[in-house]
Amino acid sequence: MMKNIIKQALTDLFPSPGTVAEELGVETAEDEVAENGKKKKAKKKEDPPRVNGVLERDHAQYGYDIDVQLEPGELLAAVMIIDKAGFFIESITGVDWIKEKQLEVIYDFSRYDFDPCRVVVRTRTPRENPGIPTISKIFAGANWHERETHDFFGIKFEGHPHLVPLLLPEDADFHPLLKDFKP
Amino acid sequence: MSGPISIQPGETFTLNVGPQHPATHGVLRVKMEMDGEYIVQAETVLGYIHRMHELMGENRTYPQVLPNLSRLDYLGAMGYTHGHVLAVERAASIEVPERAEYIRVLMVELNRISSHLFWFGAFVMDLGGFTPLMYAIQDREHILDLMEAVTGSRLTYCYFRFGGLYNDVDDDFIGAVRAVIPRLRKSLKKYAALVTGNIIFRKRLEDIGPISAEMCRKYGATGPVARGSGIDFDVRKNEPYSMYPEFDFDVPVYHECDSLARYKVRMDEMEQSLRIIEQGLDKLPDGPIMPKKKPKLIKPPKGDYYQAVETARGSFGIRIVSDGSKNAYRFKLRSPTYSNMHLFDEACQGMMIMDALAMMGSLDLVIPEIDR
Amino acid sequence: MDLTIFNAVIAVVIAIAFAAANAAYLVLAERRGAGRIQRRPGPNVNLFGMLQPPCDGIKLMTKQLMIPGGADKALFMVAPVLAMAPAIMSFVTIPFSDTIVAHSMDIGVLMIFAFASLGGMSILLAGWGSRNKYGVMASVRAVSQNISYEVPMLITVITVVMMTGSMNLREITLSQAGGFWNWNIFPVSMADGNFMLQPLMPVSFLIFYICSLAETNRAPFDLGEAESELVAGFHTEYGSMGFGLFFMGEYANIVIGASLITILFLGGWDCPLGLYPGVWWFLLKIYLLIFSFIWIRWTFPRTTIYGLLNLSWKILIPISLFNLLLTAGLLKVF
Repeated sequence: MMKNIIKQALTDLFPSPGTVAEELGVETAEDEVAENGKKKKAKKKEDPPRVNGVLERDHAQYGYDIDVQLEPGELLAAVMIIDKAGFFIESITGVDWIKEKQLEVIYDFSRYDFDPCRVVVRTRTPRENPGIPTISKIFAGANWHERETHDFFGIKFEGHPHLVPLLLPEDADFHPLLKDFKP
Repeated sequence: MSGPISIQPGETFTLNVGPQHPATHGVLRVKMEMDGEYIVQAETVLGYIHRMHELMGENRTYPQVLPNLSRLDYLGAMGYTHGHVLAVERAASIEVPERAEYIRVLMVELNRISSHLFWFGAFVMDLGGFTPLMYAIQDREHILDLMEAVTGSRLTYCYFRFGGLYNDVDDDFIGAVRAVIPRLRKSLKKYAALVTGNIIFRKRLEDIGPISAEMCRKYGATGPVARGSGIDFDVRKNEPYSMYPEFDFDVPVYHECDSLARYKVRMDEMEQSLRIIEQGLDKLPDGPIMPKKKPKLIKPPKGDYYQAVETARGSFGIRIVSDGSKNAYRFKLRSPTYSNMHLFDEACQGMMIMDALAMMGSLDLVIPEIDR
Repeated sequence: MDLTIFNAVIAVVIAIAFAAANAAYLVLAERRGAGRIQRRPGPNVNLFGMLQPPCDGIKLMTKQLMIPGGADKALFMVAPVLAMAPAIMSFVTIPFSDTIVAHSMDIGVLMIFAFASLGGMSILLAGWGSRNKYGVMASVRAVSQNISYEVPMLITVITVVMMTGSMNLREITLSQAGGFWNWNIFPVSMADGNFMLQPLMPVSFLIFYICSLAETNRAPFDLGEAESELVAGFHTEYGSMGFGLFFMGEYANIVIGASLITILFLGGWDCPLGLYPGVWWFLLKIYLLIFSFIWIRWTFPRTTIYGLLNLSWKILIPISLFNLLLTAGLLKVF
């Protein structure tokens, strides 16, 4: 099954095998109880940051199969593995984690054949001076997706051939989807 | 047909196709460097109808965003709202009764037919045949009347709710749908005779606008654009969701990679949607349309969730990153036409402008969906 | 048939009036025809839409005529006039019946084609004078189309002229008198007691018909005004009466094309059974042909420019040249 193949290939990327990442949903039950109670926001413990690695997710609950988190430097190697395996690029987007002072870029890849496997690759970069290598040499479709992410979050994609605003006006210097954006 | 590419600098001129142009079907601007009639380079300029739906998704609660989704692709709005409610139901683990899912599938397929009919009329009008547009719109009116009776809107539907629907269908509706199906079948036969069999039309589309399967993969093209290039990918079959596993239908795939193949894919898809509708009407179970236990406030647990659905234009994806509050933390819309349009810049190099515009029509663009 | 100067002027004025009235009301006929083909009524208020053309005319005349800045004023203003005037002048020599012709010229055929070429020039002036890239592209296309289709048209006409022996339109029609079996469209003709067999005459008719469609820039050959691609082609920048003149010129050309087909191939004012020839048969025939033009326009999509030029240079011209040689040979034989 493609899921296992790609999971193995991506896991080989990481030097220390067997990393166990924290499930993001583990804190859920306690969070809900805390909020349904008396607004114990102050006492809620922060989730520990997720460790780099490969996770297999339940498709019915999350909608994707493999979840990879890595450093921006390992991005190109991972994307080349995914390209060789015959995935297509679905979308690239960003998330602004303002509390952790990081910007996350999420890459979605999927397959055309009947061996469905959706791979999500995440990478984080600090909020000041965000920079991530571009994958538009590998997947030509990443060109517009990265331009849009740059428009909305201000992330610089190093090596991008034409990083000008795509959806915003040409002279826009604001980034609307940042959490501290004031229109 | 490729033309001369070796030209001296200063010999080309820039032609602006759009933003106001009868062929682009929306506000799209393509800056083309032309050498006579041949396109040397094309650059698409977007953003003329950018309304920032993703920020609206972050500033509103989940139910408040529901109407936004139908403004993305107004011709096939049911598919988009379907994707949205499925994503939130997956995130918040809301159960949906069977009857509601069957009716949702019915509505989505009816909408797919009306979207393809409009595309068909506009496409043939682009090529110069003005009459099929009138016929297609008249047929589409039958479908729009049906939808209006149930949902109250003709175009931008906001019919689905988290957990089900807000209005049930009655026997009158089912009878009316059964009456419309043979009429649509007859129309499809007429279009096949009038348009698909016409030699001038075929000469306009055969071998025009070739898009290889590898190009589709690099750009992430889905939907009829990919199926016209031999890729057998339909989210309803590859990653089944909702009630689609219960239905028996085929996915038309053509391998010629040209505009005629994409055209034929959409015409066949209309027939397959009719099949699904017939089966849906037969299988429709009784029951409630909203679940008994529905949370008052929708607050999905932390994490990010993805849902892909097959709309008339391709695979629409919606990613909801939730931090446990009643607004989404990140509301990402992956529109199929965005990836399909990206192909155009590379694929139209060396073509004549007539052929490039024919190819653009065959990609089935709806610009508000690209710009969101 | 020479008339006195006064009568000649009256005849010319009536010919012009006929052309203008046709140009105006053919628009209405086209819109009604298009409507019926598309399953809708077309303009039908106010006396079945008969008041529509005068209202359109008044509207066009009262609109502001905008000249784009930087456009060549002389060319811009001359082009519509050049589109309309030759078409109307050609009416002078068309015989509506045995006795109704404004001025029957011995080189009538040549005159009409000379004026038709002027019409092609008006497209070029319009596109270039508008200083609009779409206009230039469209006029380049339209001019190449016009000159390509003049060639098979003229070759076919030479065929007919050879068979008849005269370029006078009235005499061409008279040589087909006496019933439909004498008409030039049919392979066998017994004109003036001479037996003449020319098997490719229907093909000539077809070639001439297609060339008329192309010369008048009608669909499926309407690349010059390809609405969906080039906004409005060579008349993008024309408002009010400039556009009105182009429009009227196009419809006048259509009437001339239909008249030519009738005269050259269908016997002009001749009755099918040879009984009561008269102007009403002429009018019936041209209006049937015009209805077929309208029908074809609203049914077929547009061809590509290279398909169009290929059709002319690679298909129509060889066939018409072969036809010409065949006619010459058969004339020697019979």
